[in-house]
Amino acid sequence: MIKFLFKGLMRDRSRSLFPILTVVIGVMLTVFIYNWINGAQFNFIDSNARFNTGHVKIMSRAYAREADQVPNDLALIGVQSLVDKLQEEYPDMIWTPRIRFGGLLDIPDAEGETREQGPVMGMAVDLLSAGSNEPGIFKLEEALVRGRVPQRAAEILISEDFARRLKVQPGDTATLISVTMQGSMAVANFTVAGTIRFGVEAMDRGAMIADIADIRAALDMEDAAGEILGFFGDFMYRDPQASQITTRFNAAHGDDPDEFVPVMDTLLHQAGMTDLMAMLKMFSGLVLVVFIAVMSLVLWNAGLMGSLRRYGEIGVRLALGETKTHIYRSLIWESLMIGVLGSLIGTAVGLAESYYLQAHGLNIGFMMKNASLFISNVLRAKVSPVSYVIGFIPGLAATFLGSSVSGTGIYRRQTSRLMKELES
Amino acid sequence: MENSYLIETRDLVKTYPMGEHTIVALDKVNLKFEKAEFTGLVGPSGSGKTTLLNIIGSLDSPTSGSAVVMGRKVEGLSHKQASALRNHHIGFIFQTFNLLPVYTVFENVEFPLLLLDYSAAERRKMTMVALDWVGLADRTRSKPAQLSGGQSQRVAIARAVVKKPALILADEPTANLDAENSHHILQTMERLNRDLGTTFVFATHDEKVIDYLRRKITLFDGAVAKDERMEPQRPGGEKR
Ligand SMILES: Nc1ncnc2c1ncn2[C@@H]1O[C@H](COP(=O)(O)OP(=O)(O)OP(=O)(O)O)[C@@H](O)[C@H]1O
Ligand SMILES: [Mg+2]
Repeated sequence: MIKFLFKGLMRDRSRSLFPILTVVIGVMLTVFIYNWINGAQFNFIDSNARFNTGHVKIMSRAYAREADQVPNDLALIGVQSLVDKLQEEYPDMIWTPRIRFGGLLDIPDAEGETREQGPVMGMAVDLLSAGSNEPGIFKLEEALVRGRVPQRAAEILISEDFARRLKVQPGDTATLISVTMQGSMAVANFTVAGTIRFGVEAMDRGAMIADIADIRAALDMEDAAGEILGFFGDFMYRDPQASQITTRFNAAHGDDPDEFVPVMDTLLHQAGMTDLMAMLKMFSGLVLVVFIAVMSLVLWNAGLMGSLRRYGEIGVRLALGETKTHIYRSLIWESLMIGVLGSLIGTAVGLAESYYLQAHGLNIGFMMKNASLFISNVLRAKVSPVSYVIGFIPGLAATFLGSSVSGTGIYRRQTSRLMKELES
Repeated sequence: MENSYLIETRDLVKTYPMGEHTIVALDKVNLKFEKAEFTGLVGPSGSGKTTLLNIIGSLDSPTSGSAVVMGRKVEGLSHKQASALRNHHIGFIFQTFNLLPVYTVFENVEFPLLLLDYSAAERRKMTMVALDWVGLADRTRSKPAQLSGGQSQRVAIARAVVKKPALILADEPTANLDAENSHHILQTMERLNRDLGTTFVFATHDEKVIDYLRRKITLFDGAVAKDERMEPQRPGGEKR
């Protein structure tokens, strides 16, 4: 019987083509949008982790409270022993200290007088020690536009746009004017080794990346660091695990009232990430619900018109001794076949598009001009195992709902009424 | 008692509400049909022929009175029981053929057997036998749209007889056919009636059909006006 229904369905284009197309489009969009949101979320988490929050981050309690003002006078001290201890306790994680700093970058002319000057957002990380993970975390080689990655002390990278604004070439000298940990003025000379563009608006406006040893010397921060970032070895953020580590770490210092005690926080807890993620989740859930609703309506309508046209056929089948329940079930079977077929095709198309956009991405830099979010300008879709099944939810739910509702028309009509349709 | 007749109606009444009035489609019809009859219901348009066939065929139920078909009271059957009665014992033939357009000739004839849980091999055999009866064994793969009216009606007959029902109800089976095809169809049905003992009840105003009948029941305004035994007039129509 199923085979019989399937044959009929495939031969009657009007009964299969339009509904399948509807399902294909709906499922395709669902898969696509899901992957898109997934990609945006991944991108957002990934960029944030690399440039800003780590998967977990340790700051002093006082520093954490005013973290956006980069209060280096409140930075952690005794960093080396802390990192060693962390490495021992969590050997699967990567721990790396960073110093953020603000200041002016001054470009001198041949006489040593100021030629150009601009405010700079600096980040000091371990660039030079052997086996450092930071060049990989920042993907410096990929981000490099001109020049090269720093290879010796006193070499820095600055963002390409910033370099253009200041008319700086690789090899030029730049002077950083900033404040030491104790609050006095700091001046240090660097050589611009290269320029970079991360494709993350917040990082590309006026950033400078320096080796942490140079900055420690310049800002008088020996064995100090504003923050210590922790990363999972595979660079995939796992919130439960991060929370667990954080709880464990903080338990050791929980009762200590000292302002300079190190406290750990997860990626999601920093900078309102939780809310953003919840919003993204809600948004993707909403998209799914809307698609199910709209598609159900469309298919219900198609089903309704379909069975209106088919009342003749249904009359014959009743006369041949088929029960209404049997016919109703067969309508649902048919719609499920349409649902499965449409979902398969829709998922395939949606995945193909998603894979394409996973590889090539879509530039949304123009939208991010003034954004301070750490999100890559090139949005990429991200295909996950869920992408393969997510489309079947609206695909099957909508066809099932649509046909179960429209199919009840059979019950509402008297057998003799259905027979009357035959006589026209 | 009632089992001795294939069909028996007692004071069968069917009315339709029509605004303030009621339309009386059947007015106290009392009829008995025996096995292997070849009977026609005639009468002017609106006299209740289709209504009577539909009630006998358990597609409709009477307003009052009773119709007993093969020992079952039609008015007391649930939807499911009525389906089972039609499924096992009754074949329908319609004026407009009503083949399922997306299915082949073979699949159309096979359809009633699908509902009866025959094995694929049995279905195949029975379908071919039925198509043989109507002379269309060579058109199994055709679609209804590729058939002439006469051929379509023969497929419909094959579909009605494939499960060898005791009773076949035919509502104006020749109304859409030319003379030659009508005769062909009628001869086929007559042969089935003779060979298988299938009871045929027609609704018709076609003179050609009337020539083949052995019993003619005339309805007028929903009541039985005349009930005559007759000798088939057609040379091809043989007596039993
Ligand atoms: N569903 C219905 N609602 C209202 N009236 C109906 C309905 N079905 C039949 N009737 C009425 O019942 C009467 C008998 O109709 P029926 O179809 O049985 O006539 P008939 O003898 O088959 O006519 P014809 O030769 O034109 O097919 C007619 O007056 C018809 O209008
Ligand atoms: Mg009629």
